[in-house]
Amino acid sequence: MLSVKNLKVTYGSIAAISDVSFEVPEGKIVCLIGANGAGKTTTLRAVSGLVAPSAGTVTFKGADITGAPAHKLVGLGMSHVPEGRRIFPILTVKENLELAAWTIKDKTEVKRRLEEVYEMFPRIKDRIGQLGGTLSGGEQQMLAVGRAMVTGGDILLLDEPSMGLAPVLVDEIFDKIIAINKKGTTVLLVEQNASEALEISDFAYVLEVGYSTISGPAKEIAADARVREAYLGV
Amino acid sequence: MESIFSPQQIVNGLQLGAIYALIALGYTMVYGIVRLINFAHGDFFMVGAYAAFGSFFMFNVFLPRGNGLAFIVLILAMAAGGAIAVLTDHFAYKPLRYKPKLSSLVTAIGVSMLLEYAFSAIPMIGPSPRGFPEILPKKMYHFGSAEVSNYVIVDLAVAAVLMIGLTFLIQRTSLGKAMRAVSQDKDAARLMGINVDRIISLTFLIGGAFAGAAGLLAGLTYPRIQPYMGILPGLKAFIAAVLGGIGSIPGAVLGAFIMGIAETCATAYNSLLGEGIAFVILIVVLLLRPSGIFGEKTADKI
Ligand SMILES: Nc1ncnc2c1ncn2[C@@H]1O[C@H](COP(=O)(O)OP(=O)(O)OP(=O)(O)O)[C@@H](O)[C@H]1O
Ligand SMILES: [Mg+2]
Repeated sequence: MLSVKNLKVTYGSIAAISDVSFEVPEGKIVCLIGANGAGKTTTLRAVSGLVAPSAGTVTFKGADITGAPAHKLVGLGMSHVPEGRRIFPILTVKENLELAAWTIKDKTEVKRRLEEVYEMFPRIKDRIGQLGGTLSGGEQQMLAVGRAMVTGGDILLLDEPSMGLAPVLVDEIFDKIIAINKKGTTVLLVEQNASEALEISDFAYVLEVGYSTISGPAKEIAADARVREAYLGV
Repeated sequence: MESIFSPQQIVNGLQLGAIYALIALGYTMVYGIVRLINFAHGDFFMVGAYAAFGSFFMFNVFLPRGNGLAFIVLILAMAAGGAIAVLTDHFAYKPLRYKPKLSSLVTAIGVSMLLEYAFSAIPMIGPSPRGFPEILPKKMYHFGSAEVSNYVIVDLAVAAVLMIGLTFLIQRTSLGKAMRAVSQDKDAARLMGINVDRIISLTFLIGGAFAGAAGLLAGLTYPRIQPYMGILPGLKAFIAAVLGGIGSIPGAVLGAFIMGIAETCATAYNSLLGEGIAFVILIVVLLLRPSGIFGEKTADKI
Protein backbone atom coordinates (compact mmCIF):
# COMPACT_ATOMS: atom_id res chain seq x y z
CA MET A 1 0.00 0.00 0.00
CA LEU A 2 2.68 2.48 1.12
CA SER A 3 6.40 2.20 0.69
CA VAL A 4 8.91 4.76 1.94
CA LYS A 5 12.56 4.52 0.89
CA ASN A 6 15.52 6.51 2.20
CA LEU A 7 13.37 9.50 3.02
CA LYS A 8 15.17 12.69 4.03
CA VAL A 9 13.61 16.01 5.06
CA THR A 10 15.57 19.15 5.84
CA TYR A 11 14.39 22.41 7.38
CA GLY A 12 16.86 25.05 6.26
CA SER A 13 20.20 23.34 6.71
CA ILE A 14 19.09 21.00 9.51
CA ALA A 15 17.99 17.46 8.70
CA ALA A 16 14.81 16.58 10.59
CA ILE A 17 14.98 13.04 9.23
CA SER A 18 18.02 11.63 7.44
CA ASP A 19 17.21 8.15 6.21
CA VAL A 20 13.86 6.60 6.94
CA SER A 21 12.51 3.52 5.17
CA PHE A 22 9.47 1.39 5.92
CA GLU A 23 6.64 -0.54 4.34
CA VAL A 24 2.94 -0.51 5.15
CA PRO A 25 1.17 -3.56 3.70
CA GLU A 26 -2.48 -3.28 2.72
CA GLY A 27 -4.97 -3.91 5.51
CA LYS A 28 -2.37 -3.87 8.30
CA ILE A 29 -1.62 -1.56 11.20
CA VAL A 30 2.00 -0.39 11.24
CA CYS A 31 3.44 1.77 13.99
CA LEU A 32 6.44 4.06 14.17
CA ILE A 33 7.83 4.52 17.64
CA GLY A 34 10.66 6.74 18.79
CA ALA A 35 11.74 9.33 21.30
CA ASN A 36 10.78 13.02 21.19
CA GLY A 37 12.38 14.67 18.19
CA ALA A 38 13.18 11.37 16.47
CA GLY A 39 11.33 12.52 13.36
CA LYS A 40 8.01 10.69 13.55
CA THR A 41 5.85 13.73 12.82
CA THR A 42 8.17 14.88 10.06
CA THR A 43 7.95 11.44 8.45
CA LEU A 44 4.15 11.53 8.39
CA ARG A 45 4.16 15.10 7.04
CA ALA A 46 6.45 14.06 4.22
CA VAL A 47 4.25 11.06 3.39
CA SER A 48 1.03 13.11 3.28
CA GLY A 49 2.60 15.93 1.27
CA LEU A 50 2.67 18.69 3.88
CA VAL A 51 6.44 18.97 3.44
CA ALA A 52 8.47 18.08 0.39
CA PRO A 53 11.28 15.59 1.08
CA SER A 54 14.77 16.51 -0.10
CA ALA A 55 15.66 12.90 -0.93
CA GLY A 56 14.07 9.48 -1.05
CA THR A 57 10.83 8.18 -2.51
CA VAL A 58 7.29 7.62 -1.35
CA THR A 59 5.22 5.08 -3.28
CA PHE A 60 1.49 4.86 -2.64
CA LYS A 61 -0.71 2.19 -4.30
CA GLY A 62 2.04 1.61 -6.84
CA ALA A 63 2.44 5.28 -7.87
CA ASP A 64 5.41 7.50 -7.03
CA ILE A 65 3.91 10.36 -5.00
CA THR A 66 7.15 11.91 -3.73
CA GLY A 67 6.65 15.66 -3.34
CA ALA A 68 2.99 15.68 -4.43
CA PRO A 69 0.98 18.35 -2.61
CA ALA A 70 -1.19 17.25 0.30
CA HIS A 71 -4.52 18.33 -1.18
CA LYS A 72 -3.96 16.12 -4.24
CA LEU A 73 -3.03 13.10 -2.11
CA VAL A 74 -6.31 13.37 -0.22
CA GLY A 75 -8.09 12.70 -3.49
CA LEU A 76 -5.90 9.63 -4.03
CA GLY A 77 -6.96 8.11 -0.71
CA MET A 78 -4.56 9.45 1.90
CA SER A 79 -5.95 10.75 5.17
CA HIS A 80 -3.81 12.16 7.93
CA VAL A 81 -4.80 13.07 11.48
CA PRO A 82 -1.98 15.46 12.34
CA GLU A 83 -0.18 15.95 15.63
CA GLY A 84 -2.16 18.23 17.94
CA ARG A 85 -5.53 17.38 16.29
CA ARG A 86 -5.72 20.63 14.34
CA ILE A 87 -9.47 21.09 14.62
CA PHE A 88 -10.69 24.34 13.02
CA PRO A 89 -11.42 26.28 16.21
CA ILE A 90 -14.03 28.71 14.92
CA LEU A 91 -15.94 26.31 12.75
CA THR A 92 -18.66 24.17 14.27
CA VAL A 93 -18.19 20.44 14.73
CA LYS A 94 -20.55 19.88 11.81
CA GLU A 95 -18.62 22.30 9.61
CA ASN A 96 -15.36 20.58 10.52
CA LEU A 97 -16.84 17.28 9.39
CA GLU A 98 -18.36 18.75 6.23
CA LEU A 99 -15.02 20.20 5.19
CA ALA A 100 -13.47 16.77 5.47
CA ALA A 101 -15.81 15.81 2.63
CA TRP A 102 -14.39 18.56 0.39
CA THR A 103 -13.20 16.10 -2.27
CA ILE A 104 -16.41 14.04 -2.26
CA LYS A 105 -19.01 15.25 -4.71
CA ASP A 106 -21.72 12.69 -3.98
CA LYS A 107 -24.02 14.28 -1.35
CA THR A 108 -25.66 11.04 -0.21
CA GLU A 109 -22.24 9.43 0.29
CA VAL A 110 -21.23 12.41 2.46
CA LYS A 111 -24.36 11.95 4.54
CA ARG A 112 -23.69 8.25 4.95
CA ARG A 113 -20.16 8.93 6.18
CA LEU A 114 -21.34 11.58 8.64
CA GLU A 115 -23.80 9.02 10.02
CA GLU A 116 -20.96 6.52 10.34
CA VAL A 117 -18.96 9.04 12.40
CA TYR A 118 -21.99 9.85 14.61
CA GLU A 119 -22.49 6.15 15.20
CA MET A 120 -18.87 5.57 16.18
CA PHE A 121 -18.63 8.76 18.28
CA PRO A 122 -22.02 9.57 19.83
CA ARG A 123 -20.37 12.32 21.87
CA ILE A 124 -19.53 14.11 18.67
CA LYS A 125 -23.10 13.83 17.46
CA ASP A 126 -24.35 15.56 20.61
CA ARG A 127 -22.09 18.51 19.90
CA ILE A 128 -22.50 19.22 16.19
CA GLY A 129 -23.40 22.87 16.75
CA GLN A 130 -20.52 23.59 19.13
CA LEU A 131 -17.38 25.41 17.97
CA GLY A 132 -14.42 23.10 17.43
CA GLY A 133 -12.19 25.14 19.71
CA THR A 134 -14.54 24.66 22.66
CA LEU A 135 -14.42 20.85 22.60
CA SER A 136 -12.43 19.05 25.28
CA GLY A 137 -9.13 17.48 24.27
CA GLY A 138 -10.63 14.03 24.04
CA GLU A 139 -13.59 15.23 22.01
CA GLN A 140 -11.23 17.07 19.66
CA GLN A 141 -9.30 13.85 19.14
CA MET A 142 -12.52 12.01 18.32
CA LEU A 143 -13.49 14.77 15.91
CA ALA A 144 -10.06 14.60 14.29
CA VAL A 145 -10.46 10.86 13.74
CA GLY A 146 -14.05 11.47 12.63
CA ARG A 147 -12.86 13.94 10.02
CA ALA A 148 -10.41 11.38 8.68
CA MET A 149 -13.26 8.83 8.49
CA VAL A 150 -15.28 11.29 6.40
CA THR A 151 -12.31 11.92 4.12
CA GLY A 152 -12.27 8.15 3.96
CA GLY A 153 -8.83 7.31 2.65
CA ASP A 154 -7.44 3.86 1.90
CA ILE A 155 -4.69 4.66 4.41
CA LEU A 156 -5.05 6.54 7.67
CA LEU A 157 -1.99 8.25 9.15
CA LEU A 158 -2.41 8.95 12.87
CA ASP A 159 0.06 11.12 14.77
CA GLU A 160 -0.16 10.45 18.50
CA PRO A 161 -3.92 9.93 18.77
CA SER A 162 -3.57 9.22 22.50
CA MET A 163 -1.71 12.40 23.37
CA GLY A 164 -3.13 14.14 26.42
CA LEU A 165 -5.95 11.66 26.95
CA ALA A 166 -6.98 9.92 30.16
CA PRO A 167 -6.34 6.15 30.15
CA VAL A 168 -10.01 5.23 29.56
CA LEU A 169 -10.11 7.53 26.54
CA VAL A 170 -6.82 6.11 25.25
CA ASP A 171 -8.39 2.66 25.26
CA GLU A 172 -11.48 4.01 23.57
CA ILE A 173 -9.47 5.68 20.79
CA PHE A 174 -7.37 2.55 20.25
CA ASP A 175 -10.55 0.46 20.03
CA LYS A 176 -11.85 2.83 17.37
CA ILE A 177 -8.61 2.55 15.43
CA ILE A 178 -8.95 -1.24 15.45
CA ALA A 179 -12.57 -0.90 14.31
CA ILE A 180 -11.60 1.41 11.44
CA ASN A 181 -8.85 -1.01 10.41
CA LYS A 182 -11.30 -3.93 10.49
CA LYS A 183 -13.51 -2.07 8.03
CA GLY A 184 -10.62 -2.20 5.55
CA THR A 185 -8.52 0.90 6.15
CA THR A 186 -4.76 0.48 6.37
CA VAL A 187 -3.28 2.35 9.35
CA LEU A 188 0.09 4.00 9.92
CA LEU A 189 0.31 4.93 13.57
CA VAL A 190 2.82 7.15 15.36
CA GLU A 191 2.85 6.85 19.14
CA GLN A 192 4.75 7.83 22.26
CA ASN A 193 2.56 5.35 24.04
CA ALA A 194 4.67 2.50 22.64
CA SER A 195 3.30 -0.47 24.57
CA GLU A 196 -0.33 0.20 23.59
CA ALA A 197 0.67 0.91 20.01
CA LEU A 198 2.67 -2.31 19.71
CA GLU A 199 -0.26 -4.25 21.12
CA ILE A 200 -2.62 -3.27 18.29
CA SER A 201 -0.05 -3.19 15.46
CA ASP A 202 1.02 -5.86 13.01
CA PHE A 203 4.44 -4.37 12.27
CA ALA A 204 6.61 -1.79 13.96
CA TYR A 205 9.56 0.41 13.11
CA VAL A 206 11.78 2.28 15.53
CA LEU A 207 12.97 5.75 14.60
CA GLU A 208 16.13 7.10 16.20
CA VAL A 209 17.31 10.67 15.56
CA GLY A 210 16.18 10.68 11.96
CA TYR A 211 17.00 7.07 11.04
CA SER A 212 14.77 4.01 10.93
CA THR A 213 16.63 1.32 12.83
CA ILE A 214 14.95 -1.75 14.33
CA SER A 215 11.91 -3.19 12.59
CA GLY A 216 9.80 -6.32 12.51
CA PRO A 217 6.49 -7.84 13.54
CA ALA A 218 5.07 -5.86 16.46
CA LYS A 219 5.16 -8.86 18.82
CA GLU A 220 8.89 -9.34 18.20
CA ILE A 221 9.61 -5.64 18.60
CA ALA A 222 7.72 -5.61 21.87
CA ALA A 223 9.95 -8.45 23.06
CA ASP A 224 13.19 -6.88 21.84
CA ALA A 225 15.49 -6.10 24.75
CA ARG A 226 16.70 -2.77 23.30
CA VAL A 227 13.15 -1.59 22.63
CA ARG A 228 11.97 -2.75 26.06
CA GLU A 229 14.67 -0.77 27.71
CA ALA A 230 14.44 2.40 25.61
CA TYR A 231 10.70 2.75 24.91
CA LEU A 232 8.74 0.45 27.17
CA GLY A 233 10.47 1.41 30.39
CA VAL A 234 11.14 -2.18 31.50
CA MET B 1 -21.88 74.61 15.01
CA GLU B 2 -25.08 72.68 14.48
CA SER B 3 -24.14 71.94 10.91
CA ILE B 4 -21.26 69.64 11.86
CA PHE B 5 -23.59 66.76 12.59
CA SER B 6 -26.31 67.85 10.19
CA PRO B 7 -28.19 65.23 8.18
CA GLN B 8 -26.26 66.44 5.15
CA GLN B 9 -22.93 65.56 6.79
CA ILE B 10 -24.24 62.19 7.85
CA VAL B 11 -25.34 61.42 4.29
CA ASN B 12 -21.95 62.51 2.94
CA GLY B 13 -20.26 60.47 5.63
CA LEU B 14 -22.22 57.33 4.78
CA GLN B 15 -21.34 57.80 1.14
CA LEU B 16 -17.63 58.12 1.91
CA GLY B 17 -17.93 55.25 4.40
CA ALA B 18 -19.36 52.96 1.71
CA ILE B 19 -16.27 53.56 -0.42
CA TYR B 20 -13.92 53.02 2.52
CA ALA B 21 -15.82 49.86 3.43
CA LEU B 22 -15.26 48.30 0.02
CA ILE B 23 -11.52 49.01 0.31
CA ALA B 24 -11.28 47.99 3.98
CA LEU B 25 -12.84 44.59 3.23
CA GLY B 26 -9.91 43.67 1.00
CA TYR B 27 -7.41 44.63 3.69
CA THR B 28 -9.18 42.61 6.31
CA MET B 29 -9.83 39.54 4.15
CA VAL B 30 -6.24 39.33 2.98
CA TYR B 31 -4.99 39.85 6.53
CA GLY B 32 -7.36 37.14 7.72
CA ILE B 33 -6.12 34.59 5.24
CA VAL B 34 -2.37 35.25 4.92
CA ARG B 35 -1.70 37.57 7.90
CA LEU B 36 -0.31 40.22 5.59
CA ILE B 37 -1.06 43.94 5.60
CA ASN B 38 -1.21 44.45 1.86
CA PHE B 39 0.02 48.00 1.48
CA ALA B 40 -0.52 47.83 -2.29
CA HIS B 41 -4.26 47.45 -1.75
CA GLY B 42 -4.97 51.19 -2.12
CA ASP B 43 -3.35 51.00 -5.53
CA PHE B 44 -5.76 48.29 -6.62
CA PHE B 45 -8.44 50.90 -5.95
CA MET B 46 -6.58 53.31 -8.25
CA VAL B 47 -6.32 50.63 -10.95
CA GLY B 48 -10.09 50.14 -10.68
CA ALA B 49 -10.68 53.87 -11.14
CA TYR B 50 -8.54 53.98 -14.30
CA ALA B 51 -10.15 50.81 -15.62
CA ALA B 52 -13.54 52.47 -15.13
CA PHE B 53 -12.28 55.62 -16.84
CA GLY B 54 -10.92 53.69 -19.84
CA SER B 55 -13.84 51.33 -20.24
CA PHE B 56 -16.31 54.22 -20.08
CA PHE B 57 -14.71 55.85 -23.13
CA MET B 58 -14.48 52.54 -24.98
CA PHE B 59 -18.10 51.56 -24.46
CA ASN B 60 -19.55 55.05 -24.66
CA VAL B 61 -18.80 54.87 -28.39
CA PHE B 62 -21.81 52.61 -28.88
CA LEU B 63 -23.74 52.89 -25.60
CA PRO B 64 -25.33 56.01 -24.13
CA ARG B 65 -24.66 57.10 -20.55
CA GLY B 66 -26.95 55.33 -18.14
CA ASN B 67 -27.45 52.25 -16.04
CA GLY B 68 -26.45 49.70 -18.69
CA LEU B 69 -23.17 51.42 -19.41
CA ALA B 70 -22.51 52.00 -15.70
CA PHE B 71 -23.02 48.31 -15.05
CA ILE B 72 -20.51 47.29 -17.72
CA VAL B 73 -18.02 49.81 -16.35
CA LEU B 74 -18.53 48.45 -12.83
CA ILE B 75 -17.87 44.87 -13.96
CA LEU B 76 -14.71 45.90 -15.81
CA ALA B 77 -13.42 47.99 -12.89
CA MET B 78 -13.96 44.99 -10.61
CA ALA B 79 -12.28 42.65 -13.10
CA ALA B 80 -9.26 44.96 -13.32
CA GLY B 81 -8.98 45.34 -9.54
CA GLY B 82 -9.34 41.59 -9.07
CA ALA B 83 -6.80 40.80 -11.79
CA ILE B 84 -4.14 43.16 -10.47
CA ALA B 85 -4.62 41.76 -6.97
CA VAL B 86 -4.28 38.14 -8.11
CA LEU B 87 -1.20 38.97 -10.20
CA THR B 88 0.41 40.87 -7.33
CA ASP B 89 -0.14 37.92 -5.03
CA HIS B 90 1.13 35.41 -7.55
CA PHE B 91 4.32 37.21 -8.51
CA ALA B 92 5.17 39.22 -5.40
CA TYR B 93 3.70 37.59 -2.29
CA LYS B 94 3.39 33.88 -3.04
CA PRO B 95 7.16 33.29 -3.36
CA LEU B 96 7.55 34.84 0.11
CA ARG B 97 4.60 33.09 1.76
CA TYR B 98 6.67 31.01 4.18
CA LYS B 99 9.46 33.56 4.67
CA PRO B 100 9.57 36.09 7.53
CA LYS B 101 6.59 38.47 7.41
CA LEU B 102 8.80 41.53 7.07
CA SER B 103 9.83 40.39 3.56
CA SER B 104 6.23 40.47 2.33
CA LEU B 105 5.56 43.77 4.06
CA VAL B 106 8.51 45.48 2.37
CA THR B 107 7.51 43.85 -0.92
CA ALA B 108 3.98 45.21 -0.53
CA ILE B 109 5.33 48.74 -0.19
CA GLY B 110 7.51 48.12 -3.25
CA VAL B 111 4.54 46.88 -5.29
CA SER B 112 2.57 49.94 -4.24
CA MET B 113 5.27 52.31 -5.49
CA LEU B 114 5.76 50.27 -8.63
CA LEU B 115 2.08 50.57 -9.55
CA GLU B 116 2.01 54.30 -8.83
CA TYR B 117 5.13 55.07 -10.88
CA ALA B 118 4.16 52.68 -13.66
CA PHE B 119 0.75 54.32 -14.04
CA SER B 120 2.38 57.77 -14.02
CA ALA B 121 4.75 56.62 -16.76
CA ILE B 122 2.11 55.17 -19.09
CA PRO B 123 1.61 57.88 -21.76
CA MET B 124 -2.18 57.48 -21.94
CA ILE B 125 -2.48 57.90 -18.17
CA GLY B 126 0.35 60.16 -17.06
CA PRO B 127 1.01 61.73 -13.67
CA SER B 128 -1.48 64.59 -13.87
CA PRO B 129 -5.06 64.32 -12.59
CA ARG B 130 -7.88 63.67 -15.00
CA GLY B 131 -11.52 64.60 -14.71
CA PHE B 132 -13.75 61.57 -14.30
CA PRO B 133 -16.72 61.38 -16.68
CA GLU B 134 -20.33 61.49 -15.52
CA ILE B 135 -21.08 57.89 -16.36
CA LEU B 136 -24.59 58.30 -14.98
CA PRO B 137 -26.55 61.50 -15.48
CA LYS B 138 -26.58 63.21 -12.09
CA LYS B 139 -29.91 63.96 -10.39
CA MET B 140 -30.54 65.74 -7.09
CA TYR B 141 -33.26 64.94 -4.57
CA HIS B 142 -34.21 66.97 -1.49
CA PHE B 143 -34.99 65.35 1.84
CA GLY B 144 -35.69 68.07 4.40
CA SER B 145 -32.47 70.01 4.76
CA ALA B 146 -30.32 67.33 3.07
CA GLU B 147 -29.53 67.20 -0.62
CA VAL B 148 -29.09 63.67 -1.87
CA SER B 149 -27.85 62.90 -5.36
CA ASN B 150 -28.50 59.64 -7.15
CA TYR B 151 -24.75 58.97 -6.73
CA VAL B 152 -25.27 58.61 -2.99
CA ILE B 153 -27.86 55.98 -3.71
CA VAL B 154 -25.63 54.25 -6.25
CA ASP B 155 -22.61 54.23 -3.91
CA LEU B 156 -24.59 52.85 -1.00
CA ALA B 157 -26.49 50.34 -3.14
CA VAL B 158 -23.38 48.94 -4.84
CA ALA B 159 -21.58 48.65 -1.51
CA ALA B 160 -24.60 47.00 0.12
CA VAL B 161 -25.10 44.46 -2.66
CA LEU B 162 -21.42 43.50 -2.68
CA MET B 163 -21.26 43.25 1.10
CA ILE B 164 -24.40 41.12 1.32
CA GLY B 165 -23.05 38.88 -1.45
CA LEU B 166 -19.75 38.51 0.38
CA THR B 167 -21.45 37.66 3.67
CA PHE B 168 -23.55 35.03 1.93
CA LEU B 169 -20.48 33.56 0.26
CA ILE B 170 -18.51 33.33 3.46
CA GLN B 171 -21.24 32.17 5.82
CA ARG B 172 -23.43 30.03 3.62
CA THR B 173 -21.40 28.35 0.87
CA SER B 174 -18.87 25.57 1.02
CA LEU B 175 -16.34 27.82 -0.68
CA GLY B 176 -16.80 30.28 2.18
CA LYS B 177 -16.38 27.49 4.69
CA ALA B 178 -13.10 26.60 2.99
CA MET B 179 -12.01 30.25 3.15
CA ARG B 180 -12.69 30.33 6.88
CA ALA B 181 -10.85 27.04 7.35
CA VAL B 182 -7.80 28.28 5.44
CA SER B 183 -7.69 31.42 7.55
CA GLN B 184 -7.71 29.28 10.72
CA ASP B 185 -5.27 26.49 9.86
CA LYS B 186 -3.66 26.06 6.46
CA ASP B 187 -2.11 22.64 7.02
CA ALA B 188 -5.34 21.22 8.38
CA ALA B 189 -7.16 22.68 5.35
CA ARG B 190 -4.69 20.94 3.02
CA LEU B 191 -5.39 17.66 4.77
CA MET B 192 -9.08 18.13 3.98
CA GLY B 193 -8.12 18.22 0.30
CA ILE B 194 -8.47 21.98 -0.06
CA ASN B 195 -6.14 23.65 -2.54
CA VAL B 196 -4.98 26.42 -0.22
CA ASP B 197 -3.22 28.44 -2.92
CA ARG B 198 -6.43 28.57 -4.88
CA ILE B 199 -8.40 29.81 -1.88
CA ILE B 200 -5.79 32.51 -1.25
CA SER B 201 -6.00 33.62 -4.90
CA LEU B 202 -9.76 33.76 -4.62
CA THR B 203 -9.45 35.98 -1.56
CA PHE B 204 -7.17 38.37 -3.39
CA LEU B 205 -9.56 38.29 -6.35
CA ILE B 206 -12.55 39.30 -4.23
CA GLY B 207 -10.61 41.90 -2.25
CA GLY B 208 -9.17 43.41 -5.43
CA ALA B 209 -12.55 43.40 -7.18
CA PHE B 210 -14.12 45.24 -4.25
CA ALA B 211 -11.31 47.82 -4.35
CA GLY B 212 -11.90 48.14 -8.11
CA ALA B 213 -15.59 48.81 -7.51
CA ALA B 214 -14.63 51.42 -4.92
CA GLY B 215 -12.36 53.02 -7.53
CA LEU B 216 -15.28 53.50 -9.86
CA LEU B 217 -17.54 54.84 -7.10
CA ALA B 218 -14.84 57.25 -5.92
CA GLY B 219 -14.30 58.46 -9.50
CA LEU B 220 -18.02 59.11 -9.86
CA THR B 221 -18.36 60.81 -6.50
CA TYR B 222 -15.16 62.85 -6.37
CA PRO B 223 -14.56 63.20 -10.10
CA ARG B 224 -10.80 63.51 -10.33
CA ILE B 225 -8.41 60.60 -10.62
CA GLN B 226 -4.63 60.35 -10.62
CA PRO B 227 -2.05 57.60 -10.07
CA TYR B 228 -1.49 58.48 -6.41
CA MET B 229 -5.19 58.60 -5.55
CA GLY B 230 -4.99 55.25 -3.74
CA ILE B 231 -2.54 56.27 -1.05
CA LEU B 232 -4.77 58.24 1.32
CA PRO B 233 -8.03 56.30 0.91
CA GLY B 234 -5.96 53.11 1.21
CA LEU B 235 -4.45 54.30 4.45
CA LYS B 236 -7.79 55.43 5.83
CA ALA B 237 -9.49 52.18 4.89
CA PHE B 238 -6.64 50.32 6.56
CA ILE B 239 -7.21 52.38 9.70
CA ALA B 240 -10.92 51.60 9.43
CA ALA B 241 -10.08 47.89 9.28
CA VAL B 242 -7.86 48.25 12.37
CA LEU B 243 -10.62 50.18 14.13
CA GLY B 244 -13.11 47.40 13.41
CA GLY B 245 -10.59 44.70 14.33
CA ILE B 246 -8.40 43.56 11.48
CA GLY B 247 -9.44 40.18 10.14
CA SER B 248 -13.09 40.85 11.01
CA ILE B 249 -15.47 41.46 8.11
CA PRO B 250 -18.29 43.20 10.03
CA GLY B 251 -15.54 45.13 11.83
CA ALA B 252 -14.17 46.49 8.56
CA VAL B 253 -17.61 47.68 7.49
CA LEU B 254 -18.44 49.29 10.81
CA GLY B 255 -14.99 50.87 11.06
CA ALA B 256 -15.32 52.28 7.56
CA PHE B 257 -18.68 53.93 8.25
CA ILE B 258 -17.40 55.41 11.50
CA MET B 259 -14.38 56.69 9.61
CA GLY B 260 -16.47 58.18 6.79
CA ILE B 261 -18.83 60.00 9.14
CA ALA B 262 -16.00 61.19 11.41
CA GLU B 263 -14.15 62.54 8.41
CA THR B 264 -17.03 64.47 6.85
CA CYS B 265 -18.15 65.88 10.19
CA ALA B 266 -14.60 66.91 11.11
CA THR B 267 -14.14 68.50 7.69
CA ALA B 268 -17.29 70.54 8.19
CA TYR B 269 -15.72 71.89 11.37
CA ASN B 270 -12.26 72.46 9.97
CA SER B 271 -10.83 71.03 6.75
CA LEU B 272 -7.41 70.38 8.28
CA LEU B 273 -9.01 68.40 11.07
CA GLY B 274 -10.86 66.40 8.42
CA GLU B 275 -7.56 65.43 6.83
CA GLY B 276 -6.09 64.37 10.16
CA ILE B 277 -9.03 62.73 11.93
CA ALA B 278 -8.15 59.27 10.58
CA PHE B 279 -4.78 59.40 12.26
CA VAL B 280 -6.30 60.65 15.48
CA ILE B 281 -8.60 57.62 15.36
CA LEU B 282 -5.66 55.32 14.68
CA ILE B 283 -3.73 56.61 17.67
CA VAL B 284 -6.74 56.40 19.96
CA VAL B 285 -7.50 52.83 18.85
CA LEU B 286 -3.91 51.71 19.25
CA LEU B 287 -3.80 53.20 22.73
CA LEU B 288 -7.18 52.10 24.04
CA ARG B 289 -8.10 48.95 22.17
CA PRO B 290 -5.39 47.73 19.80
CA SER B 291 -7.42 44.68 18.79
CA GLY B 292 -10.22 46.91 17.47
CA ILE B 293 -13.96 46.69 18.00
CA PHE B 294 -14.47 43.07 16.91
CA GLY B 295 -10.84 42.02 17.04
CA GLU B 296 -9.49 38.80 18.42
CA LYS B 297 -6.82 39.27 21.02
CA THR B 298 -3.53 38.99 19.16
CA ALA B 299 -0.15 40.35 20.00
CA ASP B 300 1.43 40.77 16.58
CA LYS B 301 -0.68 42.80 14.19
CA ILE B 302 1.95 43.83 11.67
N1 LIG C 1 9.34 23.30 11.03
C1 LIG C 1 10.52 22.89 11.55
N2 LIG C 1 11.61 23.68 11.46
C2 LIG C 1 12.81 23.27 11.98
N3 LIG C 1 12.99 22.11 12.58
C3 LIG C 1 11.95 21.28 12.72
C4 LIG C 1 10.66 21.63 12.21
N4 LIG C 1 9.82 20.61 12.48
C5 LIG C 1 10.54 19.69 13.13
N5 LIG C 1 11.83 20.07 13.27
C6 LIG C 1 12.91 19.32 13.94
O1 LIG C 1 12.96 18.04 13.35
C7 LIG C 1 13.21 17.05 14.35
C8 LIG C 1 12.12 15.99 14.30
O2 LIG C 1 10.89 16.55 14.73
P1 LIG C 1 9.53 15.77 14.75
O3 LIG C 1 8.45 16.72 15.09
O4 LIG C 1 9.39 15.03 13.48
O5 LIG C 1 9.77 14.75 15.94
P2 LIG C 1 8.79 13.72 16.61
O6 LIG C 1 9.45 12.39 16.52
O7 LIG C 1 7.44 13.82 16.04
O8 LIG C 1 8.81 14.21 18.11
P3 LIG C 1 7.62 14.21 19.21
O9 LIG C 1 7.52 12.84 19.73
O10 LIG C 1 8.12 15.14 20.26
O11 LIG C 1 6.37 14.68 18.55
C9 LIG C 1 13.27 17.78 15.67
O12 LIG C 1 14.63 17.96 15.99
C10 LIG C 1 12.60 19.09 15.40
O13 LIG C 1 13.14 20.12 16.18
MG1 LIG D 1 5.63 14.41 16.78
